[in-house]
Amino acid sequence: MSATESAPALAEGVETPTPPVRSSALLARSLRLWRTRIGAILTLILVLVALVGPLVAPHGSAEFIAKPFTSAAASNTVFGTDYLGYDVLSRFLYGGRSILVIAVISTAIGVVLGVVIGLVAAYARNALDDILMRAMDVIMAFPQIMLALVAVSLVGAKNWVIVVAIALTTAPRVARVARGAAQPVVERDFIGATEAMGMSRVRILFGELLPNILGPMMVEATLRLTYSIAVISALAFLGLAANPDAPNWGTMIQKNQGALAYQPAGALLPILAIALLTMGTGLIGDGIARTAAGIDRERGDE
Amino acid sequence: MTTDQLPDQAATDTAGRAAVTVRDLRISTTSGTEVVHDVSFEIAPGEVLGVVGESGSGKTTVGLSLLGHARRGLTISGGTILLGDQDIRAMNDAQLRRLRGSLVSYVPQDPASSLNPALRIGVQLREVLEAHGQTDSKANAARMAEMMREVALPDDPAYLKRYPHQLSGGQQQRIGLAMAFANRPRLIILDEPTTGLDVTTQSTVLATVRELAQIHDVAALYVTHDLAVVAAVATRVAVMYAGRIVELGPADKLFESSGHPYTRRLVGAIPRLTGGRSLVGIPGHAPSPGKRPSGCAFAPRCALRIDECEAAVPPMFQLSPDHASRCIKAQEVVGYQQTDYGDPVALPPSEGTPALSLENVVGYYGSIEVLHSINMTLEQGEVLAVVGESGSGKTTTARSIAGLHHNWTGSIKLGDVELEKAARSRSTDVRRQIQYIFQNPYGSLNPRKTIGESVGQPLSVFNIASGKKAEMMVGEMLEQVSLSASYARRYPDQCSGGERQRVAIARGLISKPSVLICDEITSALDVSVQAAIVELLGELQRELGLSMVFVTHNLPLVRSIAQKVAVLADGSIVEYGRTADILANPQQEYTQHLISDTPSLETAVSEAHENVEQADAATAQPPEPEPTA
Repeated sequence: MSATESAPALAEGVETPTPPVRSSALLARSLRLWRTRIGAILTLILVLVALVGPLVAPHGSAEFIAKPFTSAAASNTVFGTDYLGYDVLSRFLYGGRSILVIAVISTAIGVVLGVVIGLVAAYARNALDDILMRAMDVIMAFPQIMLALVAVSLVGAKNWVIVVAIALTTAPRVARVARGAAQPVVERDFIGATEAMGMSRVRILFGELLPNILGPMMVEATLRLTYSIAVISALAFLGLAANPDAPNWGTMIQKNQGALAYQPAGALLPILAIALLTMGTGLIGDGIARTAAGIDRERGDE
Repeated sequence: MTTDQLPDQAATDTAGRAAVTVRDLRISTTSGTEVVHDVSFEIAPGEVLGVVGESGSGKTTVGLSLLGHARRGLTISGGTILLGDQDIRAMNDAQLRRLRGSLVSYVPQDPASSLNPALRIGVQLREVLEAHGQTDSKANAARMAEMMREVALPDDPAYLKRYPHQLSGGQQQRIGLAMAFANRPRLIILDEPTTGLDVTTQSTVLATVRELAQIHDVAALYVTHDLAVVAAVATRVAVMYAGRIVELGPADKLFESSGHPYTRRLVGAIPRLTGGRSLVGIPGHAPSPGKRPSGCAFAPRCALRIDECEAAVPPMFQLSPDHASRCIKAQEVVGYQQTDYGDPVALPPSEGTPALSLENVVGYYGSIEVLHSINMTLEQGEVLAVVGESGSGKTTTARSIAGLHHNWTGSIKLGDVELEKAARSRSTDVRRQIQYIFQNPYGSLNPRKTIGESVGQPLSVFNIASGKKAEMMVGEMLEQVSLSASYARRYPDQCSGGERQRVAIARGLISKPSVLICDEITSALDVSVQAAIVELLGELQRELGLSMVFVTHNLPLVRSIAQKVAVLADGSIVEYGRTADILANPQQEYTQHLISDTPSLETAVSEAHENVEQADAATAQPPEPEPTA
């Protein structure tokens, strides 16, 4: 229906103002969906494991228990020992923290960078827009893992390199979505109103535009977090973690895969953890997206 | 004579051959709140019944119910809807689908969104025919050509190959009409089909509707918020307020001797060509469903209210055989002579330097010249109206003054200060002094900011005030535009269109500007709301000594607010001078067209007379009674 229709309600004259979509409200509303709840529970459990794990681990992260791949019964542990003869459960409890911390930091940097680039491009509407977005396209032409591999093999497997590599490859994808979401908002009159007032560009971008694209950005952020976790785990699996002997879910999968047949816990536990964590963040993103779409539908019916 | 039934004449007149009979129709929300309360009316074949009401009055809901349809969240909870002798409420989904598009058809408000942009119009026209079983392609081709001729469009095959975006808004709406009339329906529901159209286009579309309905003996229900538009198309009019028909009668009677105070106020809200008086809006709001009073719903806003009004809903009073009003003082109201036409628009003393002057302004879009040498001056405390059809360059002129359109040459001066092209390169004080109010209140407020934040924005941008003081000023400003200070905590989507436009005005005025630019600020609003907004602007302008540029396509509206008019056509000023002179004695043909095509009280009254006379002539020689089956 056209914008000239004036009743801000579901049915003409019925006073049911459409729920204002503030970002906190969006989160709360999305939690009414089962998929979001399941996702939140999964994510919460694995974050707890990763963060609290080291505090409750029965053994140290580099404490020799018995010779490699000793069974649970023989080594008197819950899941037996790994390729170094350390306790599998303890290594698992220690191994999530670095992945999670690096994933969150790199995704956060990438999202912030991407949002800034996307907003600037959408607002510029000129050559700057083209230059920025074509540059993003170039980066996006390479798979995320390839660029990360190149960076790590050139500079070395340091944590900051991994963070920078993932942040830089996340940003273009976020920038695309941010620009797409911001473009229709830029055309609306309230942006013109602030321009006529002479409000600073920074304030227009972050005070006026940003609040209007928070919904899609939240979806994008959770989605990107999922990918970051996967990429970091993959790098570790390829032996490109900062410290190859430190406990890390990715490293564990690679080093313990040889014993899958007779001592599966060493590889299966981290596989399960990564799978459930990415599934959890993915479900949250999906839930938010559906909620936002549902709200849009309601508004579309105005 | 008091009866809750409908006008007798209508009943006898259409007895046995009424195309549509609606009795005691009730529509509720799924949660049980009644939205439409016992609505009854009849439409004879070939007759156009206008349904008029503000947004929220239930007029569209009633219109849709004739298709057997209720919008999401609503159900038809009572009454009968007879199409000929078929009961629409008793039909199942399959029967309803067959009914729609063949016996009953619908023309929606926005032609652009009702046509599929990916299909050629010929394909879409054929679909309508094929959907109802006419698959002979030769016959369909002939039928389509006939349809196109009926709505005064070219019938050659090349034209049918066009896509909707290659047509103008008026042509798109004609296609909509052609589709609606395609299967020779018995009833057509038109839901404000001319709202988005230019005045000239609007009047031709209205004429087409009236003709087609008469020629093909189709009953039509014309839903609109604009009483003046109804006069151009309908013979009888039902005025709806808060889910009830409050008055039903011939169009001319409603304008001249209406029997309901609400209709009187609606008529008072129509811009007038002569007289030069300000418009009078209706104070207060229409009550929303569930909050409607037990008595007359209009009582709280009515000047004639007595205690009895609130006791029970008044029945329909039969004023004459074909005229009924739901007011206990109907007899008294009919006799009233309309005197309260508002105060005359005063002329300000013009002295000193003009507030704003444009000299030889030429505007461009890219390399195309869209404004040709615009010259005009705005004196202190004066209102200058810039009038023209869409595409005439009036908005570009306004945006250039505000620094939102940068691509122009020439000189625009604020007092003695030469203005930079872009708002950003102007000084803070210049930006503070020129404020711009946008056409569409739905787009001009940031949906993620509270009303208070939006209104307070200029205070912080121009460094006028902050914190508690700013909050206080926002509250005062909101009171000044007739909202309460508590609105500051609301979000835009919790306000109606009129309220949002008041908020936008508050935002424009809070920085105490010297020049206010209003860009078609009432075109997205109901007529009664438009009157209230114009009334408010006029008051504020006199009170604050504002100078104002008032951009509009509505020439009669100008009369009630502006002292000077510039008429724009194709980017040039064709006429420029005092409002009274131009309206009374337009020199250019273009201006004359604008005046005669725009619905005003005068044109409405004369057209209403014409319509009713035509209808009378038609009933004098009744067409052969059609078998209703």
